Amino acid sequence: MRMLRQSLVLVLLLTVLTGVVFPAAVTALASLAFRSNAQGSLVYEGGHVVGSSLIGQAFGGPAEFWSRPSATGPAPYNAAASSGSNLGPSNPALVTAVQERVAALHAADPGYNAPIPIDLVTASGSGLDPHISPAAALYQVHRVARETGLSEARVRSVVAEFTEGRTLGLLGEARVNVLLLNRALRALRE
Amino acid sequence: MTGNSILQCLLFFGTVTLLGVPLGRYMARVYEGKAAIAGKVLGPIERVLYRLSGIDSKENMSWQRYAASLLVFNAIGFVIVYGLQRVQGHLPLNPAALGAVSPEVSFNTAISFATNTNWQAYGGESTMSYLTQMLALTVQNFLSAATGMAVLVALVRGFTQKSAAGLGSFWVDMVRSTIYVLLPLSFIVALVLVSQGVVQTFDAYVHVGETWIARGPAASQIAIKQLGTNGGGFFNVNSAHPFENPTPFANFVEVVAIILIPAALCFTFGDLIKQRRQGWALFAAMMLVLVPLTFATMAAEAAGNPALHGLGIDDSASATSTGGNMEGKEVRFGTANSAIWAATTTAASNGSVNSMHDSYTPLGGLVPLVLMQFGEIIFGGVGSGLYGLIIYAIIAVFIAGLMVGRTPEYLGKKIEAFEMKMASLVILLPAACVLVGTAIASAVPAGTTPVFNPGAHGFSEILYSFTSASNNNGSAFGGITVNGMFYAVAHGIAMLIGRYWVIVPVLAIAGSLSRKKEIPSTVGTLPTHTPLFVALLVGTILLVGALTFIPADALGPIVEQLTLAAEH
Repeated sequence: MRMLRQSLVLVLLLTVLTGVVFPAAVTALASLAFRSNAQGSLVYEGGHVVGSSLIGQAFGGPAEFWSRPSATGPAPYNAAASSGSNLGPSNPALVTAVQERVAALHAADPGYNAPIPIDLVTASGSGLDPHISPAAALYQVHRVARETGLSEARVRSVVAEFTEGRTLGLLGEARVNVLLLNRALRALRE
Repeated sequence: MTGNSILQCLLFFGTVTLLGVPLGRYMARVYEGKAAIAGKVLGPIERVLYRLSGIDSKENMSWQRYAASLLVFNAIGFVIVYGLQRVQGHLPLNPAALGAVSPEVSFNTAISFATNTNWQAYGGESTMSYLTQMLALTVQNFLSAATGMAVLVALVRGFTQKSAAGLGSFWVDMVRSTIYVLLPLSFIVALVLVSQGVVQTFDAYVHVGETWIARGPAASQIAIKQLGTNGGGFFNVNSAHPFENPTPFANFVEVVAIILIPAALCFTFGDLIKQRRQGWALFAAMMLVLVPLTFATMAAEAAGNPALHGLGIDDSASATSTGGNMEGKEVRFGTANSAIWAATTTAASNGSVNSMHDSYTPLGGLVPLVLMQFGEIIFGGVGSGLYGLIIYAIIAVFIAGLMVGRTPEYLGKKIEAFEMKMASLVILLPAACVLVGTAIASAVPAGTTPVFNPGAHGFSEILYSFTSASNNNGSAFGGITVNGMFYAVAHGIAMLIGRYWVIVPVLAIAGSLSRKKEIPSTVGTLPTHTPLFVALLVGTILLVGALTFIPADALGPIVEQLTLAAEH
């Protein structure tokens, strides 16, 4: 009985310490030091939230840079239900999906037959990947330039401006944030 | 594999070693009650906890009492986690208005978090309220980790004490692990993560266009889920989610955090037994297995998926693209950081993911599976990994003893029939759980219907799930649907056996060893800090793992690899 009482009280005390005091203290300090980050790195436009710079959105119009395929349900890039496709490497459904994506990219830019960077035709792990590889952005320059009427050189320079290299030249991979890139592109056209 | 990916990998292992040594030394002082500076700051909190709960910190528990305290303490945790999930709809801090979690998923989750598995049969943002995440899940992240560390400390006392009656106090070992090690480290890691963009807020989900962006007090939970080898994500896709792991630097911090404490405990062990070389030997054995396997999975993922070649795609690595198999991976991590994580999270029994293992190439996915099948002793869970490896060391000295016809001994203690019986239980029960569970699930419709991918890969999903549950890892080939009655209960039982039917025999060994006298080492004693012993230990691990699991693995990833190679 003594053991049960000791356990019970100790569990409750440690619950307060690790489940209430700890998250509350982190929240308090985080909102002081990194307020925007803690809130989700939200992007505002005219006082309204239009997204988060960390959460990808489903861009697929002819005159914008496309995001990576997303496997979230019921719609792609549903940030309330993150999910990958979980398709195995030998699953015929994966091959079919990639074939369809290749066809869609070709249909949007007829006659342009450069090989397509792999990340542009495969679903991300989270279904919310905010990035595409620089190669995937450069692949789309041809179409975006034609559709927007901007010169390829101009579009390419916007891509370069939004290309992030590896952290310290070492960690992670080079990438382009699609939401920020498309916003810059839209601003350029207006 | 590119030069950069090799460099990132070496930087990772180097950082783990550099941080692990001082942390390990600090933890040794904590368990000896000699942490001077930390003791001044945190000592008062520790003493208040004992006073309020009526604990005598000097109590010297028999191994049975130590085990009983642990089981009662964990059982209460289980009840709280189960209960909170069932009534969360009526409690505050539930901005997404989520209702009660189903009984079977609540049962599965409660076991999962109490056993340090953190297998998730649910998606966080669509199932658990903020309150449940904090009061139920974050708390168990701490307490289950501290439980594993306490058992390790008790086992070490089995070696250091001579003719002693008890193993020390479970309460003290567990409380010290929590407030001197896990809490301060989690606090630092949580703030670093927020600085990178991990969310930490009690505000509701944000409405954007036609969808919602889920948020929550994530950073505080992510810090401990990484440090405590828990692995249960705040969001469904775990550390692949940009709010859980937003940048390459955040990723680096998180992947180091996976393995930091398990690595450091090797050095704690060396300090506690006053023979640092023994700690280095165990560390070396773990690295000898992990490093080559990490490179193997990195190479497999960098090579890409042969089924997609010839479809007009480019999956070669270049300055502007990571290339490789990018299905289920994030661009900011690419194949290298995904593979490093996959190997590390399954070597340590963490189980968090930053990419979807189900979509790995067959050989890339085989590595995580094999690392778990070794019994989560290559770093393994905090505490549990090292006590598991010490059991293997006992078996290795036993095998060596058989070869030369001497009574085996380890660290000055004779290894006799009782220890060997218990060590066999530790190794056989989780392995049996994996194989029997997989066999049953493959034979009944309730087990095969929830499988997602066709063919050999579907079998891999079942095998992976029981391997993960029985070894308390928690990662998954996520295509399989596991929230139904069959898997929720079967995995629940596997997790219980994998955790407590290991802990109890380990404590029994500790109790038995601590009663023994020390035998002085002679020229006939097998030294256990030499490269020869490290090779013997690694050989034992590989042999036991291979003999047990190669037939099962052959039906899954190996068949898939052969078919994929033949077809393309």
